[in-house]
Amino acid sequence: MTVVDRPGAGRPRIVASTSRTHAEAHPPDRVLMKGNEAIAEAAVAAGCDAYFGYPITPQAELLEWMARRMPEEGRVFVQAESELAAINMALGAAAAGARVLVSSSSPGISLMAEAMSYMAGSQLPVVLVNVQRGGPGLGSIGAAQGDYFQATKGHGHGDYRVPVLAPSSIAEAIDLVRDAFILAERYRTPVMLLADGILGQAMEPVAPTFRTLERSAPDWILDGADQRRPRVVKSLHLQPEDLEQHDIALQAVYAEIDATEQRWAGEQLDEAEVVLVAYGTAARVARTAVERLRAEGIRAGLFRPITLWPFPAQPLRDVAAEASAVMAVEMSAGQLVEDVRLAIEGSVPVFHHGRMGGMVPSPDGVVDAVRRALAANEEVRR
Amino acid sequence: MTALEPMTEHEGRTIYRRPLLLSNPTSYCPGCGHGIVHRLVAEVLEELDLGARTILVGSVGCSVFAYDFLALDAVESPHGRAAAVATGVKRYRPDKVVFTYQGDGDLAAIGTAEIIHAAARGERFTTIFVNNGIYGMTGGQMAPTTLPGQRTTSSPKGRDVESQGYPLPVTEILSLLPGVQYAARVSVGDPGLVGKAKAAIRRAFEVQLEAKGFSIVEVLSTCPVGWGMTPTEAMDHLRGAVMDAYPVGTFVDRPRRIAPSLPQPGAAHRSITEGF
Repeated sequence: MTVVDRPGAGRPRIVASTSRTHAEAHPPDRVLMKGNEAIAEAAVAAGCDAYFGYPITPQAELLEWMARRMPEEGRVFVQAESELAAINMALGAAAAGARVLVSSSSPGISLMAEAMSYMAGSQLPVVLVNVQRGGPGLGSIGAAQGDYFQATKGHGHGDYRVPVLAPSSIAEAIDLVRDAFILAERYRTPVMLLADGILGQAMEPVAPTFRTLERSAPDWILDGADQRRPRVVKSLHLQPEDLEQHDIALQAVYAEIDATEQRWAGEQLDEAEVVLVAYGTAARVARTAVERLRAEGIRAGLFRPITLWPFPAQPLRDVAAEASAVMAVEMSAGQLVEDVRLAIEGSVPVFHHGRMGGMVPSPDGVVDAVRRALAANEEVRR
Repeated sequence: MTALEPMTEHEGRTIYRRPLLLSNPTSYCPGCGHGIVHRLVAEVLEELDLGARTILVGSVGCSVFAYDFLALDAVESPHGRAAAVATGVKRYRPDKVVFTYQGDGDLAAIGTAEIIHAAARGERFTTIFVNNGIYGMTGGQMAPTTLPGQRTTSSPKGRDVESQGYPLPVTEILSLLPGVQYAARVSVGDPGLVGKAKAAIRRAFEVQLEAKGFSIVEVLSTCPVGWGMTPTEAMDHLRGAVMDAYPVGTFVDRPRRIAPSLPQPGAAHRSITEGF
């Protein structure tokens, strides 16, 4: 058995409980890591230069991991006085050219909304992790998906979009952290990694080495106007004519992201009569429900958006064209389901099954909901 | 617009040379002190030869366009967050000179938490805090720094301390923190005071170069439009009531970082009489 030696220093070290010879003979291809810590280490591996955070459950281990790892690597770590300060430190470091990670959980993300808008307007790359908990308000510390609207429809004010990546396993979260940095720097935009309390707190086996990320030399960063004209990183364009041109340019970036960066995964979608749509932890539940439905003879499949924005609307529409019902499974009152309806455009009945407040839907609950949905469909047909 | 070139020797004695870092004429109201403070910052950075390695962290208020008047790399901050933004810039680029330029609405109201914690951490950047006791940009509303009895558009009968509280002496508060290496209050009330203001701003940047802690210069300034005065009346008012309420002086100029204990209560106030 192998475990990660968490309290120690350095990269996650592998401690073998068996003899050295045995360990040498069987180098571990997997280590057990907590989601928050795996996300943090993935960012370190990807070359994150600066991390700013503030304690909040259920993401605190991410902050703690960075508190140890970033100084070890000679990089920047600051525990800020608030999420407001943390995200604005990120804004400053990003303007200075740093590869920046910020993390929080739902109430803290609300505090970060202002600077998200500023960074979108100023075209600053930063990766922001939201380990979602129950809401509204102080809510609960249970895993939830009630921040879907906040994440995908804009956090702060103004016309802007932010790519949102939604892992449904810790291994996938590790990959998506690196991808988030790639997207942030490719398009000069904040990117959100939308996890939840279960993904943050659970432990899963992952590959022990994470991938690095090459660095470019952008021509907009602030490092002192030495032998060149001064640069200004800003979102203010006081003349409406100027701001509209800036907004048009931003929209062109968003259109390109929408056209090229949609990601999704499908399972058992061939000839599926009912398509479950779910992301994150809810997708894990939905996958089990699909297996149980298939065992009952109901041809169910799973459509799992990985980018929540840009939402993979056309792929879902194509998949759903074959089905008689589509059901969004969420840990919320029904937020993802609105994007599902927009994608389906009324061509197939769309249902929703969700739990709220930090409660997680059970596979049997999903199975029952699907049975009821199919029965309702029959009613309508008759 | 290009900066004016310095006069050559044969043209006579130089009375005033416009610093090259002042890239454009300012657009401030007649009698506003921002133009003077911009010039002082530009002169100091030029004299210390820091222009090519300095990053300005802007703020929200009348000085929001400071990056249009100072030929420096600059980043805009959300309202009140300049000290956090500067923390991010300076932590990532400790070899650069970083300063925030903030008004009293930005620093002493919405940005109080950020400035206090940046100072408490001893962040190695400099803050130029221009205090004119009012929100100028938005039409002359009451600020935390507004004098008791002062009429503003949001205290039309004068600031009533019973319901609207007392002016916030931010620089005195910050001077209690061990992370603060240099803290001074100056004024642009007359040419002599302007000279002292420049000396304080120069000292603040020198302290940053020593990389021992946070440095702040509060500059008492004018807002003739917001105060309902002519520029001349505003300067008189600045030298009178404003400087009576906000004594100028050096609060902290630590040769070494004093840690971990706080200064004795009252020490900051005793030092007011020192320095200038």
